[in-house]
Amino acid sequence: MIGLYHRRAFVNVLAILLATASTLIGLGFLASILWITLARGLVAFGMPLITRITADGAQGGLANAIVGSLIIDCMAILIAAPLGVMAGTWLAEYASRSRLGALIRFMNDILLSAPSIVLGLFIYMVVVLPMSAWSNGAVSFSALAGALALALIALPVIVRTTDEMLRLLPSTLREAALSLGVPQWKLTTQVLLRAAGSGILTGVLLALARLAGETAPLLFTAFGNNFMAHGPLDKMASLPATIYQYTNDPDPAMHAIAWAGALMITLFVLALGMLARWFLSRGHLRHE
Amino acid sequence: MNELAATQHTAASLAPHNHIEVRGLDFHYHQQRALNNITLDIPARNVTAIIGPSGCGKSTLLRVFNRIYAMHPGLRASGEVLLDGENILDPRYSLNRLRSKVGMVFQKPVPFPMTIFENIAWGIRHHERPGRAELASRVEQALRDAALWDEVKDKLGGSALGLSGGQQQRLCIARCIALRPQVLLLDEPTSALDPIATGRIEQLIDELKRSYTIVIVTHNMQQAARISDRTAFMYMGELIEMDATEKIFTAPARKQTEDYITGRFG
Repeated sequence: MIGLYHRRAFVNVLAILLATASTLIGLGFLASILWITLARGLVAFGMPLITRITADGAQGGLANAIVGSLIIDCMAILIAAPLGVMAGTWLAEYASRSRLGALIRFMNDILLSAPSIVLGLFIYMVVVLPMSAWSNGAVSFSALAGALALALIALPVIVRTTDEMLRLLPSTLREAALSLGVPQWKLTTQVLLRAAGSGILTGVLLALARLAGETAPLLFTAFGNNFMAHGPLDKMASLPATIYQYTNDPDPAMHAIAWAGALMITLFVLALGMLARWFLSRGHLRHE
Repeated sequence: MNELAATQHTAASLAPHNHIEVRGLDFHYHQQRALNNITLDIPARNVTAIIGPSGCGKSTLLRVFNRIYAMHPGLRASGEVLLDGENILDPRYSLNRLRSKVGMVFQKPVPFPMTIFENIAWGIRHHERPGRAELASRVEQALRDAALWDEVKDKLGGSALGLSGGQQQRLCIARCIALRPQVLLLDEPTSALDPIATGRIEQLIDELKRSYTIVIVTHNMQQAARISDRTAFMYMGELIEMDATEKIFTAPARKQTEDYITGRFG
């Protein structure tokens, strides 16, 4: 009997040690990433970073890349969010038990794990090349193409979150609304989407956070631009693609600017994560 | 004319007409039979309680009365359920019309994620187009009838999710009666509430039966004895016995009923 207890106590201590050690290893890497990004990023952090453009090279900043990233990411979310919410709603409320629904849910999960460079190449094939052909080369790479590639990354995330958030709602909520004689579409748009709203919004914000760091799909689509561009059909710079270019440059001053850009993306993602958590906690409070 | 109305009134009060008449009702969950040849009458402006052990089909029966089961695929009812003489199981009987006449309150309070005012106004606006002042007075009346007005009149614009469980359940009752239905279906409305909130709901049911036909499913036999006029005892998808509540609880005709109410099984 004593032997059994001793063995259990030993296994218990061992399990706690292993779990703590793995947590510390994980957190250690995260902390060192943040530390290096912060230390190196702060070197070139300053006003020129947001006032000057990449055409000025080592004396320049990232203004056009910041604006470009904001434009491309916002366009991508504006394309992906409505489509994703509608598709997720259809899956959860209209096709939850049908075979077609199960198939589409499965395909969406595949899209969710598709390598982003493949999605970039796909948009290059179906958007960039045809546009170039139709316009005789006047329009080829464009912010729109970049946004479409990023939208393909955000779409499955948003579909999945919407689907799951809606399926978490109690079925009594549906019964209560239907028992008032209200039709399904009113129930869906005015009760269910509202009840799941904070969760869905969180999904959209997390999708946006993921887009902010995507590099590969932008290389063949938005391409890059050393000057300020605003039009959706212009070639456009973005933060991740610029960081990628600058790290390939031999000049250490360019590396410093790249680190500052990386710090900027990190802070943006951190802010989005915190905003998402805040929305989610507010949603939970309302339900309890 | 007056005399005629008076005689009719007397006749009506002597023998309350049957608001719902169930004739040979069968119900299937996919292949499994849940209700077997149920025939019963539910008198108007009375409280009818349905009791029985878990899985006896009492909730299923209640859910036939507003055809809410139809939202799930694979469920089907056959036979006749007459509401004021019309068969509501007829596919031509519109769900919209049925559910404006037959309201339902569920086991767990389910307020909508809206303000207290909107929770009630939302249903009204679906069926009617009242002016702003009329809508406000309809909402107030519903909340008064559900004995909730005094507690919420100063926070109608606040979220309904901030109310206590008992208040939320009375809000659900208010939401129901705001549509001016004739029948109220209550599916174990107090099982998630504390004794004080339960007492308030029971008192409310007693007041509401003057205007509504009430059918309540309950697990709690004391509750059935306290608030109902008639009680139906169900077991394994069959109606075993239905009579005046006093009779069921003091001198039931069937042995199964007696065994159940004396706690020998179930």
